[in-house]
Amino acid sequence: MSGIVLITIVFAVIAVISALLVISVTNPVHSALALILNLVSIAALYYTLQAPFLMAAQLIVYAGAIVVLFLFVVMLLSSKGENPFEGGLKWLRPASVALGIVYLFSMVYVVKVQLPAVVLNGRQVVGTPDEIGRLLYRQYLLPFEATSLLLLAALVGALYLGRNVSAEENESSGEEGA
Amino acid sequence: MPLSLSFYTALSAILFTIGVLGVLTRRNTLIIYMSIEIMLNAVNLSLVAFSMHWKHLNGQTMVFFVMTVAAAEVAVGLGLITAIFRKRHESVDVDSLNVMKW
Repeated sequence: MSGIVLITIVFAVIAVISALLVISVTNPVHSALALILNLVSIAALYYTLQAPFLMAAQLIVYAGAIVVLFLFVVMLLSSKGENPFEGGLKWLRPASVALGIVYLFSMVYVVKVQLPAVVLNGRQVVGTPDEIGRLLYRQYLLPFEATSLLLLAALVGALYLGRNVSAEENESSGEEGA
Repeated sequence: MPLSLSFYTALSAILFTIGVLGVLTRRNTLIIYMSIEIMLNAVNLSLVAFSMHWKHLNGQTMVFFVMTVAAAEVAVGLGLITAIFRKRHESVDVDSLNVMKW
């Protein structure tokens, strides 16, 4: 069994187990952490499928931005007096240092070692940023612009939903009084 | 492609089923959202696998769009959840949200 097959199977198993953890644990914070594990293992599967740009986007957008947003909201809404990190902090610090070192070495490895390219009709088919960018700005230009509109709508919607309602009510009642 | 296409489609189907199970069985709104993320990721995985199988990058571009939609969805959805939590119920249980207007 070659190395890449082994890596694929290991990360597939991790993805399934962590997805099961997301829906089975009771504490939402633990669910969010399991979701990070699931997203990272899927990013690794993207790498084995020769989609390095999507792997980076997955790590930055999903495991970075979206799960952090989830964690913020979970912490904000969690019931009072409930500590999600009870008893786990002792081994957490050395473990995170070790993971950081592993991450550093894997980054060096990725920079040093190139992905083996799949060549079809003399053209490489690897999802590098320039290949995907070429598709995005030529064939998919209209959907790309529609996406920017969607993001603007989401931004306005989130701002509207997150506005300070009580302050607004105070303001309007003050105006009525005057 | 290190493994066959059916491996990836099977994995994607398993992950999607887990996501559906999460949506159907859990009552916490946040965990339902996380299950939706799992489902989106399962579909993304199958898209990337098909892209690799047909040696064309269209699938990967589609995944890019799905990611943007997921980000927008999470931003608005979490805004909704916090608004509901603040305004009415002080809870994120979907069973307590059974009226459209109050």
